[in-house]
Amino acid sequence: MKEVKQKKSKAQKSVPDKIFVVLNTLFMIAFVVITLYPVLNTLAISLNDGTDALRGGIYLLPRKFTMKNYNTVLQKNNLLTGAYITVLRTIFGTVTALFANAILAFIVSRKRFLFKRSLSLFWVITMYVNGGMIPIFLLYKNLGLTNSFWVYVIPGMVSAFNMLVIRTYMAGIPDSLEESAQLDGAGYMTIFLKIISPLCKPVYATVALFVAVGQWNSWFDAMLYNRMSPEFTTLQYELMKLLSSVTNQGSSAEAMKNAIGSVTPTSVRAAATILTMLPIICLYPFLQRYFVTGLTIGGVKE
Amino acid sequence: MASMAKRRRKENVAEPTPKITWKEIKRQKVLIFWSLIIVIYGIIFYYLPLGGWVMAFEDYKPKDGLFHSAFVGLANFKQLFSDVTFVRVIRNTLAMGVINLAATFIMAIVFAILLNEVQSKGGKKVVQTISYLPHFLSWIIVTGILHDALSGSGIINELLVGLHLIDEPINFFAHTKYFWPIVAFANVWKETGWNAIIYLAAITSIDPSLYEAASMDGAGRWAKIKHVTLPGIKPTIIILLLMNVGNVLNAGFEIQYLLGNGLVQSVSQTIDIYVLKWGISQGDYAIGTAAGIFKSFVSIVLIVIANQIAKRNGEERLF
Repeated sequence: MKEVKQKKSKAQKSVPDKIFVVLNTLFMIAFVVITLYPVLNTLAISLNDGTDALRGGIYLLPRKFTMKNYNTVLQKNNLLTGAYITVLRTIFGTVTALFANAILAFIVSRKRFLFKRSLSLFWVITMYVNGGMIPIFLLYKNLGLTNSFWVYVIPGMVSAFNMLVIRTYMAGIPDSLEESAQLDGAGYMTIFLKIISPLCKPVYATVALFVAVGQWNSWFDAMLYNRMSPEFTTLQYELMKLLSSVTNQGSSAEAMKNAIGSVTPTSVRAAATILTMLPIICLYPFLQRYFVTGLTIGGVKE
Repeated sequence: MASMAKRRRKENVAEPTPKITWKEIKRQKVLIFWSLIIVIYGIIFYYLPLGGWVMAFEDYKPKDGLFHSAFVGLANFKQLFSDVTFVRVIRNTLAMGVINLAATFIMAIVFAILLNEVQSKGGKKVVQTISYLPHFLSWIIVTGILHDALSGSGIINELLVGLHLIDEPINFFAHTKYFWPIVAFANVWKETGWNAIIYLAAITSIDPSLYEAASMDGAGRWAKIKHVTLPGIKPTIIILLLMNVGNVLNAGFEIQYLLGNGLVQSVSQTIDIYVLKWGISQGDYAIGTAAGIFKSFVSIVLIVIANQIAKRNGEERLF
């Protein structure tokens, strides 16, 4: 009965509805083109001969295929150092942040914990008030964190937002699990590591993803705190230097020098851009369900 | 046995936190130990910098330090507000913050609603996956792409000239009037798909029978969007709007820093860039800190106002 009705309503689709479907499809196509085109164009330029690309007219496919741009990028020592440091900071930063936020969330979500309200408030305040760039800069300097690798890892370890996301998830785990473990004589550390954490894998993945993307894409801290220490440079910061040297090139001698042969600053920049975004682009489609859950939990206030 | 369990459950609800006693402290010593470590960490990295605010009220000299620099009251703030550049910087920050918030907000809602109307499941999934992509790119990459697309020989100029809308390529980064729209567009390009996630989730939780009922009444697509979908996600829209109001002043650093240049300085500089320039590069810590305090102050005022509005509208409090 219902099916018949639906069929009928489909057949009777009104004209405005049909127009809507056509317009909506066009909108979606335009959206996808605007989103993807710049990335695909950069990819095409990165695979194209540099001098040839200067003639213009390269859109989605390279005209004169070459891997030279990538070879040039992979021979730049500062980019390689940046990549090495970026991988290290992403790994260290993510592992430590996950542990710190998880244990904090665990503590404040224990129903019996004596100071859970004050501890929560202590961290929620940090979401709204912070010292600002200069006091923080001076603090890091005094702590010896400037010109060091650890400035990437230690200061951002605990974040109230990530803690709240994990806490919200933990609140959904029944207390009876903790109680029965306690009856069996398990201490809090055992309960955290062996009982609660395995159940929290999805939310841990979400927070790990947020932190890892932030670490991978971060450049300002490298510029602000480690400008004098090229050994701690990061990939994005090196990419920024590469980009600004090209955008401001004008007639600079260095740009001309870089343009030797068939490799131009523009083509090298395109190759570096693609290499920098590659790991994330390859990973994120598979992690979709994690960030979708994370955002939906995090979007719920407090 | 059963009654005991029942009683315990009841106690759990009635009195969740036990009284502070030595016995209880001993029982929770592991939790207390870890929270102490985390609190010490929090004091050092989040609360100690607040002490640095003292600098804004001093004629701060690094060699004298916080405790021996001369106290000057509000002199730094007076100097700050008599600086024409700073007043312009406030205008830029607020203007771009509001434009970006409005643009990204509306686009995310429109995109979520329209994507929800796509019939093919596969198509929906593909579009959505692609829509997240720009969120994962750094501002370095996004601004690099923008520089390419908007350059004299870039795709935008090529299109505009090709369509005979303009005769000569425009140098978009040389005119102040293009800067705010470019920043807004960049934000929309980067975050629309990401921001839509939460609205799509809200749309999914709308009761399907409402749509069926609307169909029975002969409602078309537009009518259903207007009378079912939009009212259904209204609470989400309001909450997110209020949550983002406090961030209006935070909307301006990376992109303006990376896209700005000497020609558009008068519209591109934001409070954060001002702090970076005067505080860090020129070493005038006191003025930089004062500007930072002003920003925090305005943000907190905005959050409190948003919270009050939320309360009045019967929405749950934000914090």
